[in-house]
Amino acid sequence: MILQNVLENAWIIPFLPFLAFALIGLIFHRWPKFSTAVSILSIAASFVFSVMVAMTVFSTAEGTVYEAGTRWLSMPGLQVDMGLLIDPLTAVMLLVVTTIALLVQIYSIGYMHGDPGIASYYAYQSLFAGSMLGLVVSNNFGQIFVFWELVGICSYFLIGFWFGRNSAKEAAKKAFITNRVGDFGFLLGILFLQIIFGTLNFNGLAVEIANYTNTGVLSMISILLFFGPIGKSAQFPLHVWLPDAMEGPTPVSALIHAATMVAAGVYLIARAIFIFNTSAEALMVIAVVGGFTALFAATIAIVQNDIKRILAFSTLSQLGYMVMAMGVGVMTAGMFHLMTHAFFKSLLFLGAGSVIHAMHDEQDIWKMGNLSKKMPITTWTFVIGALALSGIPPLSGFWSKDEILLGAFASGHMGLYVLGSFVAFLTAFYMFRLIFVAFFGSNTAGEHAHESPSVMTWPLIILAVISVFAGFVGSPLMNNAFGHYITYVGAQHHEASVSIMIVSAIIALAGIVLAYLVYQRKLVDYEAVKERFSGVYNLLYNKYYIDEFYALLIKYFVDGTAKVMEWFDLHVINGIVNGIAIFTGRAGTALKYTENGQVQTYALYMFAGIVVLLISALCAVFTAIA
Amino acid sequence: MNNLPLLSLTLFIPIIGAIFIMALPKDQEKAIKYIAAGSTFISLVLSLIVFITYDRSAGGMQFIENIPWVADLGVSYALGVDGISLPLLLLTNLIGFSGVYASWNISPRGKEFFALLLILITGVMGTFVTTDLFIFFMFYEVVVIPIYLMVIMWGSTKRVTKEYAGMKLTIYLLIGSAFLLVGLIALFVTAKGLLGFPSMDIMTLAGVEFPVGFQIFVYALMAFGFGTLLSMFPFHGWSPDGYAGAPTAVSMIHAGVLKKIGGYGLIRIGLFILPAGAKYIAPIIVILALGNVVYAAFICLSQKDLKYIVGYSSVSHMGYVLIGIAALNVISINGAIMMMFAHGVMAALFFAMIGNLYEKSHTRNVDDFGGLAHQMPRLATGFMLAGLASLGLPGTVNFIGEFTIFVGAFSTFKVIAIIAITGIILTAVYILRTLGDVLFGPRKEEWDHLQDLKGPELVPLIVLGAAILIGGILPFTVMDLINSGVGELLAHIGSIQIGGIF
Repeated sequence: MILQNVLENAWIIPFLPFLAFALIGLIFHRWPKFSTAVSILSIAASFVFSVMVAMTVFSTAEGTVYEAGTRWLSMPGLQVDMGLLIDPLTAVMLLVVTTIALLVQIYSIGYMHGDPGIASYYAYQSLFAGSMLGLVVSNNFGQIFVFWELVGICSYFLIGFWFGRNSAKEAAKKAFITNRVGDFGFLLGILFLQIIFGTLNFNGLAVEIANYTNTGVLSMISILLFFGPIGKSAQFPLHVWLPDAMEGPTPVSALIHAATMVAAGVYLIARAIFIFNTSAEALMVIAVVGGFTALFAATIAIVQNDIKRILAFSTLSQLGYMVMAMGVGVMTAGMFHLMTHAFFKSLLFLGAGSVIHAMHDEQDIWKMGNLSKKMPITTWTFVIGALALSGIPPLSGFWSKDEILLGAFASGHMGLYVLGSFVAFLTAFYMFRLIFVAFFGSNTAGEHAHESPSVMTWPLIILAVISVFAGFVGSPLMNNAFGHYITYVGAQHHEASVSIMIVSAIIALAGIVLAYLVYQRKLVDYEAVKERFSGVYNLLYNKYYIDEFYALLIKYFVDGTAKVMEWFDLHVINGIVNGIAIFTGRAGTALKYTENGQVQTYALYMFAGIVVLLISALCAVFTAIA
Repeated sequence: MNNLPLLSLTLFIPIIGAIFIMALPKDQEKAIKYIAAGSTFISLVLSLIVFITYDRSAGGMQFIENIPWVADLGVSYALGVDGISLPLLLLTNLIGFSGVYASWNISPRGKEFFALLLILITGVMGTFVTTDLFIFFMFYEVVVIPIYLMVIMWGSTKRVTKEYAGMKLTIYLLIGSAFLLVGLIALFVTAKGLLGFPSMDIMTLAGVEFPVGFQIFVYALMAFGFGTLLSMFPFHGWSPDGYAGAPTAVSMIHAGVLKKIGGYGLIRIGLFILPAGAKYIAPIIVILALGNVVYAAFICLSQKDLKYIVGYSSVSHMGYVLIGIAALNVISINGAIMMMFAHGVMAALFFAMIGNLYEKSHTRNVDDFGGLAHQMPRLATGFMLAGLASLGLPGTVNFIGEFTIFVGAFSTFKVIAIIAITGIILTAVYILRTLGDVLFGPRKEEWDHLQDLKGPELVPLIVLGAAILIGGILPFTVMDLINSGVGELLAHIGSIQIGGIF
């Protein structure tokens, strides 16, 4: 009985952070400490509520499902509700989002200490948490689009939080506009769904689509919808905004640009898997885009020097993994990886934040070194995060990555399996390159660093513990409980394969060992390698020059068109208008001489008129006769 | 309560205020402002009362007043509002009230300015609350003269002189209204022949079955007349120049509501009375509207003067309204009216903020600014809110308008709708560029002397900002009303819809 009430009142989970945002924005913004408290209390309450919801949902063997909605925008032929759809998928996302948001907000007390904009920082954090939770509980595409855009604008605000920096201003703008390009396709997909099926509700659509046979249309819709995740989850070719998003405060990077918001795209695919699954072509596109992004971003990550950028490209690469999982038909594995990745990647980002904080805003790994002595908690939690990301058993990343590779292998996508394994190798390599250089390197720049305050280290410890153990819920050790709940009708289940596990563990270890040999033991002169392959190095370091290409495209195509249009408006359209005005004026000037007040002139006009009339009358008569 | 002529009161209280102002000596500046603020406030409260007490379940024309005036022409002083006109009446008063505060520091000749402003507000309101064609046209003409005077007396000269701007604005509108007048007379004469008695009542005229050829002819005249007013491509030239030249309050009212008379007229008079004509002309309107959406948005990208940016952007947004009207189904027309309301509050807020900044800095060039959020956080909030509304962010009423139009238009014209929806990308580009360059970036010392919004300057931000957010977060408060009006209108014209999904 009480459990039913929990689900009915689940709307309170997104509502509380929104309330905190409104209260801070309207009233409490003068008192930073009070704002902080309001924000953290609200997300803590949402967290507690999410735990209760999860307990309710997972209390039954098949997972409880609850749906409700209230009319928001409606008219004959169009209905967008504000609704709640609580099922195992939602419950997992609620837990992930509230846990990380809560820890990040606590961590921010230490990280943002002394910043003059703390009140607005917490206001945006609350707005983000509310929007993200609203997105997660959506029961229809209209609602999900609303919150989708809202998390986008929160990301804009938080990337541009230090708005006095030009780089932050540009990065925020780039993020929003790039996402808008993706949203354009997403919106078209939603419009097609509305026009063809007359509803946007997920369950309603699932019923309609099951009876719909035009696969061409479904492929088109699926690919249009996939534009949304391409933007939000930063898949190639709309990935360019995510690395720049690191201009925001590091806790924001952890929460939004690593753990939760960027996962919204993957979540959308999981939520709408019943549409994507109808089209083999769309799934193929998704798998290839995801796989390509995974490889593409990993190759860039191995040469970057900025600690946050390395993590950012790693995020791109891991998002590619998740998307690829969706494409090869293992939605369960994709969601599983989303969950474990959220924990260990937020751990890594918060750890990086701790380092940056201690190093007085230094982000270049070559200017760090030997941090392990001074910052033991940060170092060892970071190493745990990196091990999890690299996929070392039995940490969480191992289980989820293994599920994806298994899915690719078992569904016959051999190319993607090999690609995924290679990316796993690169991942282990670049993560431990970072660790050996920054935390264990011989550079003494880290001598003056000091461990961060406990308000920052406790979240690291908690996340490290979760990163170690979270993987078990989806492992054979717990009978694959995760896969039992998070699945869909007709999903294939692949039996765990010990050989694949062993192969992927060896690959990850190989990456770590190589990084150790190169950067710790210095058996290879990496500077010489860099010189030798400077062409490749520059290509990778400059991210394949894609940003530059887009900048040119905007400069010449968009702004060029704008100039042409402006010229046309000023000279052609306005020219014609002004021309008419001038003509009218001149005509008046010319004609005024005809009115000179002399009777003789008027008599002449009259006579001329009579002549014209007579001639035309005669002509008329003659034509009549003829 | 029911016996009070609420609409007449709403309509004439600003005129009474104007009379009082004219009776005051001109050095009584405070009293003049208080009267202007007070009378627009009363009108705003009355229109809110009408908005809230309108019986949504009953629908139809309510708060009806009818006094026969010129019997031979069938003219009566007939007022009434329904779901289509009521949001626009509320919009007029929201903007009128804010406009007074946006002009708080106007000088010299504050007396004449506020008197003209109040007359202007009444004129605009009159077009929305009347149900008589003659009265509609009369009020429409009433607004032209104050606008001309206000632009040439209190306007500003930048790319074009204020005299040029005022002249261009006025002549465009007069040419448009000349076409309208021809259309109205043709309508009246033909209707008299068919009915056997003279009538200017819009409802009565809508019941007449005009020959199709005649409908096409008259609707074409109206599409030109009202289209010019709605800055339909390529007859939009007056809009950017006019807004740039006009004083703040005039830009607010003009972009906010006066333009919307065009859209309102196309629906209430064009579509309602001449459905077959509307159907025939719709494809032409849609093509021209694409010019609005895409072409004007591109031009925004290359503008540097804040008022030109908002001016062209309003041309661009009106394209959505035109597409909504031309798609001829209940969803698209709901969206068009919502969009008119949404664009009204957004554009008025934008112009209020620009006006405030210009008053203090004497420049409107984007490149002169930078980092203003350091010095003026409240002004930055206002700009941000208007900007985000402009790019159709959910949570603002503009999203509701755009989304509804897209759904409606998509079911009628797929390709055109897709091209039009690219506008959301272009809008994001020019709005975020502008906001970024003006508000963010390093602090510029030269603007340290600028004072942030305070006192009366905050009123436009609060009133219009609240309208944007309430409409965006609780869209049913407005949309249900609009839908009742549009539903009835379309039910009346019945089966003429083209390619609708119903």
